[in-house]
Amino acid sequence: MEKVKCECGHVNPHGTVLCESCGKPIAEDSTKKLLDMRYEGSARRSQTYNKTIVDKIWNFFSSVKVGVWLIVITLLASAIGTIYPQEMYIPPNVTPAEYYEDQYGWTGKLYYELGFHNLYGSWWYMLLIASIGVSLVICSLDRVVPLYRALKNQGVVRHETFLRRQRLFSASKVDNYDKLFAEVKEKLAKRRYHIREENGNILAEKGRFSRWGPYVNHIGLIIFLIGAMLRFVPGMYVDEVLWIREGETKEIPGTNGKYFLKNEKFTFEVYEKDKEKEVFQEAIDRVGSGMVAKNYQSDVVLYERVGPIVPGEEPKLKKVKDYKIRVNEPLKYDHYALYQVDFKMNEPNKMSFHLVDKKTNEQFGLVTVDLRNPQSAYDLGNGYRVELLSYFPDFYFDENGNPATKSKIPNNPAFVFKMMTPDKPEGEVSFVAIRQTIEPFGDNQYKMAFAGLETKNVSGLTVRRDFTLWILGVGGTIFMIGLIQGMYWNHRRIWLKHVNGEVLFAAHTNKNWYGLKNEIRQIIDGTELVMPVDQVEEAKKGARGGDDSGAAK
Amino acid sequence: MTVAQLSSTLLYIAFVLYLLGTVFFGGAIRDKKAKRSTNRAATIGIAITIIGFIAQLGYFITRWIAAGHAPVSNLFEFTTFFGMMLVGAFIVIYFIYKISILGLFALPVAILIIAYASMFPREISPLIPALQSDWLHIHVTTAAAGEAILAISFVAGLIYLIRVVDQSKPSKRTFWLEFILFCLISTLGFVLVSTSFKAADYEAKFTWIDKNGKEAETVYEMPALVGPHKGELQTADRFEPIVEMPAIINAKKLNTVIWSLMGGFVLYWLLRLILRKRIAASLQPLVKNVNLDLTDEIGYRAVAIGFPVFTLGALIFAMIWAQIAWTRFWGWDPKEVWALITWLFYAAFLHLRLSKGWHGEKSAWLAVIGFAIIMFNLVAVNLVIAGLHSYAGT
Amino acid sequence: MKKQRLLLRTVILILLLGAVGYTIYANFFTEKTRVTVGSEAPDFVLTDLNGKKHRLSDYRGKGVFLNFWGTWCKPCEKEMPYMNRQYQVYKNQGVEVIAVNVGEPELAVRKFAERFDLKFPIVIDQQDQVMNAYDIDPLPTTFLIDKDGKIVKIITGTMTESMVQQYMESIKP
Repeated sequence: MEKVKCECGHVNPHGTVLCESCGKPIAEDSTKKLLDMRYEGSARRSQTYNKTIVDKIWNFFSSVKVGVWLIVITLLASAIGTIYPQEMYIPPNVTPAEYYEDQYGWTGKLYYELGFHNLYGSWWYMLLIASIGVSLVICSLDRVVPLYRALKNQGVVRHETFLRRQRLFSASKVDNYDKLFAEVKEKLAKRRYHIREENGNILAEKGRFSRWGPYVNHIGLIIFLIGAMLRFVPGMYVDEVLWIREGETKEIPGTNGKYFLKNEKFTFEVYEKDKEKEVFQEAIDRVGSGMVAKNYQSDVVLYERVGPIVPGEEPKLKKVKDYKIRVNEPLKYDHYALYQVDFKMNEPNKMSFHLVDKKTNEQFGLVTVDLRNPQSAYDLGNGYRVELLSYFPDFYFDENGNPATKSKIPNNPAFVFKMMTPDKPEGEVSFVAIRQTIEPFGDNQYKMAFAGLETKNVSGLTVRRDFTLWILGVGGTIFMIGLIQGMYWNHRRIWLKHVNGEVLFAAHTNKNWYGLKNEIRQIIDGTELVMPVDQVEEAKKGARGGDDSGAAK
Repeated sequence: MTVAQLSSTLLYIAFVLYLLGTVFFGGAIRDKKAKRSTNRAATIGIAITIIGFIAQLGYFITRWIAAGHAPVSNLFEFTTFFGMMLVGAFIVIYFIYKISILGLFALPVAILIIAYASMFPREISPLIPALQSDWLHIHVTTAAAGEAILAISFVAGLIYLIRVVDQSKPSKRTFWLEFILFCLISTLGFVLVSTSFKAADYEAKFTWIDKNGKEAETVYEMPALVGPHKGELQTADRFEPIVEMPAIINAKKLNTVIWSLMGGFVLYWLLRLILRKRIAASLQPLVKNVNLDLTDEIGYRAVAIGFPVFTLGALIFAMIWAQIAWTRFWGWDPKEVWALITWLFYAAFLHLRLSKGWHGEKSAWLAVIGFAIIMFNLVAVNLVIAGLHSYAGT
Repeated sequence: MKKQRLLLRTVILILLLGAVGYTIYANFFTEKTRVTVGSEAPDFVLTDLNGKKHRLSDYRGKGVFLNFWGTWCKPCEKEMPYMNRQYQVYKNQGVEVIAVNVGEPELAVRKFAERFDLKFPIVIDQQDQVMNAYDIDPLPTTFLIDKDGKIVKIITGTMTESMVQQYMESIKP
C-alpha cells in the first residue's frame, strides 16, 4: 500500500486525513471551514482495506455505527423482557405455558410463544451481547493503534492551514516575540502543560492520558464479559439449594461432601406495634402490625468432614464455626457462601395420640410418632399395643381413591394404626389423618385421639461458590478507571507559531471548550496575544441572523 | 418538636425556597440590562437555592437520625433525595457555567419531583431484612446522584430545544416539544388532583374479584372513573365507576393515571387559552439570549460527569449489594434491567456524540429521551412492573 | 505487511468466535451436572433394609443398575416390578441392582418393599449425601455402571420392561 509523504517530510500511512506530524490536510474535505479532529485525522485501517471476507467481517464490527445499533437493539430487547415477569420470577409450581396465558391473556400467550419468558437466557440475546463484545474489541483495536501513532508522531511545528482551521484560533501582531514566548511558556508550565518547543514554536499539551480512557474502559468491559463467559465453564460456579430443619445436620450440596451444616434454630421476626421505635408506629399502623418482616435468621454450625469422603458413610465432623445467617449476612467459608433465602415455619415433626376407649373416654397410653422416622410398633403395657401399618407424610387420595403421599415431607401426615387391646386382641384398624378418621372395617371400640403436635422450622439456604467474581471485580474496576480517566480529564493542546511577524495561536480540546477558553483567557492575560475566536460560534452567528428575529417574535 | 417533625419542616422550607429561587432566576432573565449572565437577581436566586439545599440536607440528616437508617428506603424518600441531588447538581453546574436560565428550568423540575414524591406515604418505615445493610445508602445515594446529574443534561436539552425549534409553523418537532412540556404539566396535574382529593378526604371502598378469582378489597382515593373487575362500591354516596376493567389491569392505578392526565389536559389547555400559542413558543422569549453551544456543552458535560457516577452507583454498587443480599450480582429483575437500559442508552449517546458528531439538537433530543428512561425506571418500574425493588408504592 | 494484517485479523476473529462459540455451546448443549456419561461413578456406602452395607466400589467387575426412587413417585412404582423380574434373570450374569431410596422413613420403605416383594437390595440415603453426589433431580433416575465403575448411561423417567432388560444386558460384564 502506498504511503503518503507530506510536504513537511513526514511519511504517513495510506488513508491519513491530516499529516501526523504537521497536521496539513492530505485527503480531507477542504470545503469545510474547520478540520475534523476526530481520531486526529489518522488512518483508521478498517476503512482502507476491504478485500477478503475476513476484512469485511472486521470492518463490519469496526464500525461505531454498527456498535451503536447493537447497543440500541440490546436496549430494546432488554426492555421487552420486562413487560411480563421472566420465567424465574413466576411461582415455582406452575407450568409457564399456562401461567402466562392465565395471567395476561393472549398477549401473555404470545409472549410465551415468542420465548420472551426466558429472553435473557435465549441464544439470540446472548449472541447480541457477544456481538457487542466483538465490536468492543475490534473497534478499540482499530482506533487505538492509529491514535497512538498520531499522538506520538505529532510535530511541534504545525502547518499554517492546520492552525487556521482549528476551532479556537487567533493571529496577533507581536512586537517582542521573545518576551511573549517566555511569558506564555511560564504560564503554560504553571498550568501543568507539558511543553515542547522547536524553532520558537510551541506545542503545549496536557491530559493526553484521558484519550486512552475509552480504550481502558473497553478493556474493563471485555474482562467483565470474559468473566461472565467463564461462568459456563464447569466447576467455576456452584448454585445449590439446601433445606434444613432445626436440629438437623446435613451435607452442604455443591461442596462434594466436604462441609456439613447443622441448623440450631430458625427465627422469623416481624415489626410489631409498640415494640419498635416511636417514629415507626405510623408506618406499622398503616400496613398493619406484624405485616412487615424484620428478620430472617438461621443459627447454624458449620462442620468440615475429616477423613476420606465416601458419600453415605456416617461422617466424622470437625466444627469450623458458629454463625447466624441473616439476609445481607451470608456465611462465607472457603469460597462458599450460604445465604438465607427462604423458610418454612412449623413443619410437623412429632405427633402424639392417646389410645382411647370411645365410650368411656378412658386413656390407655400415649403414642408419639416421629414423623421423619416413625417406629412400626408402640407397646403401651398392660396388653395395649399400637402398630403403625402405613404412614403417609404428605397425604392425599390418589386417582384410584387410595391413600398416598405427595412427598417425603410431613406436611399433612396420615397413618393407618392397628390398635391391639385385651378385649380386641386381633386389633382394630383405624385410618387417621388431620381432622379425619376412617374406620375401614366397621365401628371400632377404640380410637387414636389426637394429643399434640410438635413442629420445627425449616431454613431454605442457597449455596454459592463463584470463581468468576474476582474477574468481574477486576473488569468493573478497570472499566471505572477508564471511564473516570476519559470523562473527568480533557486532552488540551495549544499551538503557538511565529510566522512573518505574526503569532498564530490555536487550541484544541476533546471536550469542555468552555473550560479551555477560560484557561486561555488567563494564559494570554497581560500579553499581546489576541483572545482566540471560537470559529464554531462565529459560523453559527453568521448563519443565524434571520432565525434570531424569528425566535423573538 | 421531635426530630421527625423537624425533618418534615425542613423539607417544607426547602420546597418553598426552591419556589422562591425559581422566581428570582426568572427575574434574572427578564433583567433587560443583563447582558452578562450573572446579575443581582441571579445572585439572590442561587443564594436562596443554596439555603434551600442546605435545608433539604437538614431534612435528610434529621430523618436519618430519627429513623436510624438512610432515608432512601421507599419511593417518597428516594424520589425526594433524587430531587435534592438534582438541585445539588444544578448548584455545581451553576458555579462552573454561571447560567441563570438553567435555574429557571432545573428548579421547577426539582420542585415537581419533590411534589410528586410527597404524594406517596411519607411516614418513616422500618427496614425489611433485604434493606438492612450499609449498601442501602452507598448504592441508592450514588445511583440517585448519577441520575440527578444526568437529569441536568435533560434540563439543558430542554432549554436548547425551546430555543431552536422553529415555532412559526407546526411540525413534528413542535409536537414532541409540546409533548414533553405536557408530561411535566401532567405531573403537576397529578400532584394537584391528589392533593385536592386528599384534602377532601375522598375514600371509596370496593370489593372486587382479582385475576385468581379471589375476592379482594381496594380503597380509591379518587373518584373511580374506571372500576375494578366486578367491583362493588361499599362506601355510600360515592361516584360509581363509568367502566369496569378486566382483572389483569390494576384499575386503581389506571384511575389515578387518567385523573392525572385529565388534570394535565385541563392545565395545559388553560395555559394555551391564556397564552394563545404553544407553551414552548411562549417560553421561547425567555431563552432567546441563550448561548446554544454553551447549553449543548452543559448537556454533554452533565452526561460526562453523570455517566461514571451512575455506572458506579446503579450498576457496580448495585451488583456488589445484590451479590450479598440476593445471592447473585445480577438477576434480570426489572429494576436492574432498566438500570442497564439507562446505561446502554447513555453509552449510545456518548458514542453518537463522539464518533458520529451528534451535537446540538440531536444531542438535546437524546438527553430528553434519556431522562424519560430514568423517570420510567423511577416511576413505572416501581409502580407498574412488580419486582424485587418494588417498594410498596400505592 | 498486508498479509500480516490479514493474518492478525483472522487470528483475532477466530479467537473471538471461538470464545463466543464455546459459551453458546457450553450453555445450551452440555449437561450442567458433575456426574456425566463416561465419568467414574462416585463411590458410596449405604446400608440396606437387612443391615448389610453396600459399597459401590465392591461391585467392580460387575455391572451395576443404580436406581434412585421414592415411594410417592408413581413412575418409580411402575418400574419396580420390571426391575424385580429382570433382576432374577441377570443377577446370576453379573448384574447387580441397587435401589437407592431418597431418604424416606424406613417404615415407609419397608412397607413398599414388602408390597412389591422386592428382591434386590434397597438402601436408604438418609442424609441426601448420595443424592448430592449424583446430582439427582427428577425421580426416577437410573445410572448404568459398567464393570469398570464407569457410567455408561443415565436414564431419567420411566422405563418399560424391555428397556430394563436391554439396559441390564448392556452392562453385563
